[in-house]
Amino acid sequence: MSQENQSQPPLLYCNCSYAKVVPEDVKQEVLRQLSESGRSFEAVADLCEMSAKRDPALIELLKQPRLRIAACYPRAVKWLCSAAGAPAPDDAQVVNMRILPADDVMQNLMSNESGEEST
Amino acid sequence: MIATAKMIQRVVLYEAVGAKRLDPSLRHDLMRVLLRGGYSVSRVLAGDRLVPLGHSSLIVLGQFEGELPEKLADDNGSVQVLVRDISGMEPPAIATLVQELASETGEGTAAGWKPWFPVIDYDRCTNCMQCLSFCLFDVYGVTNDGKITVQNQTNCKTDCPACSRVCPEVAILFPKYKAGPINGDEVNADDIRREAMKVDISALLGGDIYSMLRDRSAKAKSRFSKERDDERALKERQRCLKKLQESAGMMDIPGEVLSSLPSLDQIQEKAVQAKQRAADAIELRDRQAGRNQSNAHPGS
Repeated sequence: MSQENQSQPPLLYCNCSYAKVVPEDVKQEVLRQLSESGRSFEAVADLCEMSAKRDPALIELLKQPRLRIAACYPRAVKWLCSAAGAPAPDDAQVVNMRILPADDVMQNLMSNESGEEST
Repeated sequence: MIATAKMIQRVVLYEAVGAKRLDPSLRHDLMRVLLRGGYSVSRVLAGDRLVPLGHSSLIVLGQFEGELPEKLADDNGSVQVLVRDISGMEPPAIATLVQELASETGEGTAAGWKPWFPVIDYDRCTNCMQCLSFCLFDVYGVTNDGKITVQNQTNCKTDCPACSRVCPEVAILFPKYKAGPINGDEVNADDIRREAMKVDISALLGGDIYSMLRDRSAKAKSRFSKERDDERALKERQRCLKKLQESAGMMDIPGEVLSSLPSLDQIQEKAVQAKQRAADAIELRDRQAGRNQSNAHPGS
């Protein structure tokens, strides 16, 4: 199940559980702030693995309008989703935890404006 | 694609009507533990409409006040919903509970495989088939309409990005690679310039990587025909691999991958097969392009 709240964009957090490419402190701080926020969100262990398995849940998650994804490089996420047979919608926003500090990641996830992809 | 009938088990942290809000630090610890265990986790608050994502079962955890909620999702009863009260429980005990419930539902977790496989950026890919021709492990394949595709992700050698180094268009990504643009970072002018200098794998290595192995194989055969000695054969193979590693250093092929390569004869055979598959794919691609052109301009 996913959450649907008309006023706020849905949030998806990737824990990139099986590699150390996302700085651990950023990943944990984003997860902590998300957990302490008053927002519903979805968290997955690893988007790469879901893509490789073409997990139907990923396909459903990506159908949500205005989705914001905390993961890695937008180009990587775009083609991972495409490889899973679930192209990310044009209005999806990918926030890059590999290069942004946690506070910037949170700001991008929580802002009410729909914006361009953040790198 | 990886063949699996299992979806990743979804765990719902239910904090809506009929349940208390979890303590933020407990929520965070739980999230951490469950994600590390390979589960997907949803946090659900009051006012959320629960939409099924295709799971056949859900594990719903909460600190419930009174009766456990019966109806949680807009489903027609086809979803098995296991609701458990976690009041007073610590994260490790909750993780054990989830593990037990997941073994009941039969849904899987993401754990067990570092997802290392190539992802093609089709905005850049020109369908040249160099990756298909290069990869010895049948990771790549071709769709019915002649398009390169990643067919066998699990065949890919963990931490080896060699095919992306071979790609003349910087179109192959490994999202878990350490550096850009292979990790998905934007391709910049320097990357393009570097690729242009590559020309092809032959130029890069001063002769094709497999030819180099074949030459060494021939030399080794001639030597071993004179003196068959297992220890010497092993030493020769190690020397060969070291040399290959030096030559291929710029391709960042991990030592473990090089040392786990099949025998030189097998490599030779695989290389011939891979090249044949690429040639067939190019023929198919060109035939398809010709067909598309005649459809676009009938009678011309």
